[in-house]
Amino acid sequence: MTKTVLEKTSEPTVEQRETQAPSNLRWNPGLVVGIVLFTAVAVVSWTVPLINVDAASQLSKDTNLPPSGSHWLGTDLFGRDMLARALVATKLSLVMTLGATAISVIFGVLIGTTIRFAPTRLREFSLRAIEIAVSYPSLLVAVVIAAVLGAGPWQLVLAIGLSGIPSMARLASTLAATVYERDYVTTARLVGVPKRSMIWRHLLPNMAEPLLVQIASVFAFGLIAISALSFVGLGVQTPDYDLGRLLADGLPAIYTRPLEIAGSTVMIVLVSLSAMLIGDGLAAGADPRLQSLSRAAAKKPAYAPVAGIDESSSLVSVCNLTVSKQSGEQLVKGISFEVRRNEILGVVGESGSGKSLTAMALAQLLPEGLSAAADELRIADHSMLGAVPNRTLATTLALIYQDPGTTFNPALRMGSQLTEVLRVHRGFSATKARQLILAMLERVRITDPQRLLDSRPHELSGGMRQRAMIASALVVNPALIIADEPTTALDVTVQAEILREFKRIRLERTTSLLFISHDIGVVEALCDRVIIMKDGELVEEVTADQLRKKHVKHPYTRMLLDAVPRLDERERGEK
Amino acid sequence: MNRRAANGADVTTGASAPPLQKTTSSSPGRSPWISYALKRGGGVAATFVVAVIMTFLIVQLIPGDPAVSAAGQNANAERIEQVRQELGLADPLWTQFANYVGGLFRGDLGTSFSLNAPVSQAVFSRLPFTAGLAFLSLIVVLVVAVPLGMMVGIFTRNGRRPWLGSIFGYSTAFFSAVPAYVLATVLVLVFSVWLRVLPPAYSPGNLAAALVLPCVALSIASICAIARIVRRETAVVLEQDYMRTARGWRVSPLRMYMKYALPNLLTTTLTLSGIILIGMLGGAISVELVFNWPGLGFGIVKAVSMKDYPLIQGIVLVLAMLGALLTLLVDVILAIIDPRIRA
Repeated sequence: MTKTVLEKTSEPTVEQRETQAPSNLRWNPGLVVGIVLFTAVAVVSWTVPLINVDAASQLSKDTNLPPSGSHWLGTDLFGRDMLARALVATKLSLVMTLGATAISVIFGVLIGTTIRFAPTRLREFSLRAIEIAVSYPSLLVAVVIAAVLGAGPWQLVLAIGLSGIPSMARLASTLAATVYERDYVTTARLVGVPKRSMIWRHLLPNMAEPLLVQIASVFAFGLIAISALSFVGLGVQTPDYDLGRLLADGLPAIYTRPLEIAGSTVMIVLVSLSAMLIGDGLAAGADPRLQSLSRAAAKKPAYAPVAGIDESSSLVSVCNLTVSKQSGEQLVKGISFEVRRNEILGVVGESGSGKSLTAMALAQLLPEGLSAAADELRIADHSMLGAVPNRTLATTLALIYQDPGTTFNPALRMGSQLTEVLRVHRGFSATKARQLILAMLERVRITDPQRLLDSRPHELSGGMRQRAMIASALVVNPALIIADEPTTALDVTVQAEILREFKRIRLERTTSLLFISHDIGVVEALCDRVIIMKDGELVEEVTADQLRKKHVKHPYTRMLLDAVPRLDERERGEK
Repeated sequence: MNRRAANGADVTTGASAPPLQKTTSSSPGRSPWISYALKRGGGVAATFVVAVIMTFLIVQLIPGDPAVSAAGQNANAERIEQVRQELGLADPLWTQFANYVGGLFRGDLGTSFSLNAPVSQAVFSRLPFTAGLAFLSLIVVLVVAVPLGMMVGIFTRNGRRPWLGSIFGYSTAFFSAVPAYVLATVLVLVFSVWLRVLPPAYSPGNLAAALVLPCVALSIASICAIARIVRRETAVVLEQDYMRTARGWRVSPLRMYMKYALPNLLTTTLTLSGIILIGMLGGAISVELVFNWPGLGFGIVKAVSMKDYPLIQGIVLVLAMLGALLTLLVDVILAIIDPRIRA
């Protein structure tokens, strides 16, 4: 039940961890509330029983009183003040939990970090042993230890403390392993820094943050477990009492005096809640992703027509397109271009020039938080500024993305993904869709298309995945294919193969293609016309021929052209 | 964005965390299932062997003379000697261990002092109650937590509906901070004492109704913990490139979440949930007591307070096995969902 740390599903990366000092706590509401709550409970449970010494233990004639001004939670069968009893119990529970947490943390961290310096055999064996130890329910382990040691407060502390060691040791050893591999630790190792000072000076400070999170959850679990054992009668024995004992004492009377369990219930929940809030708060502070979750809401991408639609014969018509952030900052600053039927239009620019955003705006796939506006944004007869039925969108327009390593769903077979549009939007049966995609895969020269369809993405090479992506785009027979840097993420040799597929598309001329690239050499060999973008603006529009002859006007285009290294004229575009 | 979650899984669950990073094509020839089964089977066997040794050591580790401790405070020398013989404590350690293991192979777990009956009989009459309760709770937890976390994850993606995110965050933090037995007590108070709609304890005649409260008490904390994980994983998965690809194919939202998001977030979720689900077995110990549930948890509490060591050994052994099988179940489900684990 190491809940808190379990949820902390991502570790800060090495860079983040190194740039920020371990003591660099980031405050958030949960953390503050948790610390305040915890401190309040601790202070009250420590001081109040000192002031009113006898209320919790003194027997009186005022038995079974309901809550009143002098007894806020009433009194029990023996006339003892229930609030005072709850506070005394809280104090004992806190002390025991702190003791157990200390045992778990000290021994767990010691074992976990020492393992890293042990000989390989011993290390492997210890890790296995820890793994097995963790697989037993820790409360069961605690019960067993309590059975061996007998009942009592210190036995209980020992039982819970010992049962918490394995999970702490595992976390510590995993953390130590990641820290151990870092450069400065390797350096320290090489210059022969002794093991003990390695642990103190290099390992522990860098493990502090995740360890703190884990300590908070060990504490929360310790409190719950200690109270649980006392509750079932295996922990603290009368006349001593902690929160679990107090709750169990109230249980038989639950029908007649339900209020008797109120004090212990509330205190257990308060303490464990505060520990969890602290753990969550620490985890959230360490995990930048969680902070971005709570950031101001991002709106759906919005599309707005600026003026009336103008009819024209081209397939794609973009007029005065702007893409802006919510803050109003424009990322694409009013560009206009068109793509004719069966034409290949290249879009060139360095990263951040707005070329991908332009394409995504056209495809209605802008990331959330960005909005597009235009005088006209049209593919065939459909204005992309308004709502277009999914079926129309999926069959008019296909996309090929940059990184074939991440564009396919790792959990699904390729066949199921590649035929998605055919089955869902074209209405083909699974068998028919499979036949169609098989034929198309053969055309893009996949040698064993049957096997590819039965594979999952991770079993294929990048080149195969990108060919499959191209096949899935072609098989829909869309009017327009948008290829967003389709070769950038690939090896140079694979790039050449994929480009060959695009050249075949060029030869066959069955679809229009919007080809985005930062590589002007590639574009010039493939495209009919090229637009050059810089900082969200369209700087120049040229034909491939003009580009080849270097008949360009804008200095930026010239700069791009000059930046292409080439050995001789023939190899152009192949690189 | 990469599968950053994979790091977290590794840190928190160590070696049992499946490698989520991409692997190149699996080795041809031998089915990956075989090596996977061997690996997992070996893990379960190791867990069991360690459990056997540890339960054997329970009696050996008792401070002082185990026979005196087991016989109770008022026992005379004759009774102590009798207990010593019954526990086989007069024999050398290795003989004791051999006898213990030999007994296990014959299905003989010894004789319970307090019940004066074979331990195996007591254990197996109680096993169905704990296994049933744990299994039902496991189902309830997964069936409630996964859709709940996913829905909240979808509704609050990219910082939308911050109020929903806060309500979910604080209420799940609250409920995972409530220990199972406290919740059980409160549930009894509300549904049995005040509303009188559900039985407060086990009753053989009305098993279904009697199951409701223990199951709820055992599940709520785990539901909250797992729903939080699912929500976070959903947020991660929705940002992945392959979700944009699915959007590009104009897949309906329902299909997108069920077919494209769900399998991917289940992997990490189940990996992280394993420990939480195992923890539910521990929770059963106190919950069974509240509801007078005749399972192994209640059994072990009685056995410990009566110092009935053979019974403790038997119950611990069976509970440890149950835990190992639960882990195995989660691992097998994982391997079915995500083939990369098998490779």
